[in-house]
Amino acid sequence: METFAALAHGMAVAIQPMNLLYALIGVFLGTAVGVLPGIGPALTVALLLPVTYKLDPGGSLIMFAGIYYGGMYGGSTTAILINTPGESASMATALEGNKMAKAGRGGPALATAAIGSFVAGTIATIGLAFLAPLLVDFAVKFGPEDYFALMCVAFVTVSATFGDSPIRGLTSLFIGLTLGLIGIDKLTGQARLAFGVPELLDGVEVTTLAVGLFAVGEALYVASRRHHAEEKIEPVRGSLWMTMEDWKRSWKAWLRGTMFGFPIGALPAGGAEIPTFLSYSTERRLSKHPEEFGKGAIEGVAGPEAANNASAAGTLVPLLTLGLPTSATAAMMLAGFQQYGLNPGPLLFAERPDLVWGLIASLFIANVMLLVLNLPLVGLWVRLLAIPQPWLYAGILVFATMGTIAAKPSVVELSMLAGFGVLGFLMRRYDFPIAPVVVGLILGPIAESQLRRALAISLGDPIVLLQSPMSATLLGIALIALLAPFVLKGLDRFKASED
Amino acid sequence: MTDSDLPQGPASRRIDPAGLVVAAVLAVLAVVLVLDARQLPATTMYGMGPEAMPVVIAIGLGLLAIGNLIDALRGNLPPRESADPKPVLLILGGLALLIAIIGLGGGFILATSVLFVATSAAFGRRAILTDLIIALVMSTLIYLAFDRLLTLSLPAGPLERLL
Repeated sequence: METFAALAHGMAVAIQPMNLLYALIGVFLGTAVGVLPGIGPALTVALLLPVTYKLDPGGSLIMFAGIYYGGMYGGSTTAILINTPGESASMATALEGNKMAKAGRGGPALATAAIGSFVAGTIATIGLAFLAPLLVDFAVKFGPEDYFALMCVAFVTVSATFGDSPIRGLTSLFIGLTLGLIGIDKLTGQARLAFGVPELLDGVEVTTLAVGLFAVGEALYVASRRHHAEEKIEPVRGSLWMTMEDWKRSWKAWLRGTMFGFPIGALPAGGAEIPTFLSYSTERRLSKHPEEFGKGAIEGVAGPEAANNASAAGTLVPLLTLGLPTSATAAMMLAGFQQYGLNPGPLLFAERPDLVWGLIASLFIANVMLLVLNLPLVGLWVRLLAIPQPWLYAGILVFATMGTIAAKPSVVELSMLAGFGVLGFLMRRYDFPIAPVVVGLILGPIAESQLRRALAISLGDPIVLLQSPMSATLLGIALIALLAPFVLKGLDRFKASED
Repeated sequence: MTDSDLPQGPASRRIDPAGLVVAAVLAVLAVVLVLDARQLPATTMYGMGPEAMPVVIAIGLGLLAIGNLIDALRGNLPPRESADPKPVLLILGGLALLIAIIGLGGGFILATSVLFVATSAAFGRRAILTDLIIALVMSTLIYLAFDRLLTLSLPAGPLERLL
């Protein structure tokens, strides 16, 4: 089996002492930053990018794998102990987990989240290892028009199909696409939207945008509504360990959550919200204790948490095999690849198998490390949660600006960071989703160059987009996904008026 | 069913000024894109030149401006809680000072310390001197860790030269 050989090779790379150390640092930093309230995995990766600047690509990607999974674990701890999910995918966890913590069952809630994430992460990473080579074989045959069509699907699903409002999601996406235009056009060398500012010729840095939108924007937003309510940390009381009963109620939920999370994450459909909520409602329906839901049912933590982690591993499938980020976190991972001039996709599997398989193998290792690290160190993470809010956000802003200062210490770049912070604040305040902006910025230029390559090959004939069956199908899917929410909304309204 | 699907009372069916602003900004952005694309020299290549995509995106922005306008006129926007502008301005002031200090060569430690104190004050701390000391110690440690251990170059000013 080819996959086994490749995976064994990757394991040999990942298990080198230096790489193990990188993975450990990544897991530790990822959890420590991810546990801070208001910081989701995407921001965790963005904030920690500068730490990896000086490492070699292999070590840095391995550290990334640790940061990615660590950030997710940290986020679930926050969701359980303070009722502030850092991202919408942790909402279901916060729903039941926080109730459990209030009832003095915070320990088992954290344990079922950690073990569930481990089980889901491991199964999903195995899925990734087996699915990726198949998809790579398939993707080699993709022409530029197929890639363009695929990216159209990702644009639509990330922004319109699964959000609250397709108009708002698309608005966010187009802001990102506009930002992606800034700078020198790679095919002709002409400057677009640079307005004579030399710093803009290189385009907008993904990290500047992400850190501005997520970190600065979040700090401004929280500061603006500080007068509302203080967050309360639930102390972890009682036993950390799960009882026999807890295990019995958890394990099926973990497996079901994984079954929801991985396939949906692997589709270019974006986001872990759908699988977590599917898992939550399934557990609620199947549970023998439906009366506990809403009051702290352990299945309601186990299932969604597993779904969340499995879908995170799932999003790595399109990211690694097609170079297609379908979540803000995956977009940040792509930025991490790009800082070394690496472009994930079928070529990377052929040219740098050590990198790709080393990364996949490190995901397994990171998962084990997290399980070993997280439960015993839960006291430390809880203490991190207790940092007073003023110092917490002041520290976050110092770290956020430090990344930009280290990468490009220019007044223009820092002003852009502040400007994106204001944009992030306004988007939060007026309820526009943020992830589509980041995906638009990073994917927009790639989609444009694929489209232009396709049209250059066809001598400018746009029919090429419909001649390839793959591209025609994908564009059809994109169109349906774009129109579906409007049509469904119409149906909803129709039904409502009938009632 | 989420809250936003619930039938809304007549009170929420008011024209939303913020939505009007969003629509206007999107429309202006679309115009800027088209104007910028028009100053690009037309190329003789086959296929699309660099001026095509900005126009496509501008059309999208124009359509979204209309969509946002309709939402705003219908008052279809999610409810908002009140916001306090003072802490926001304080943090932005801190960021402006940071940019000025970096721009004038004041160095990393001083710049980030100012931002730290401003943010902490925005979140309601009044012990400015204590916070300043904490900030100076923390940013010095960060500077040493990143500049010396990870050999990332952070801008140096008078304070950094003392180290």
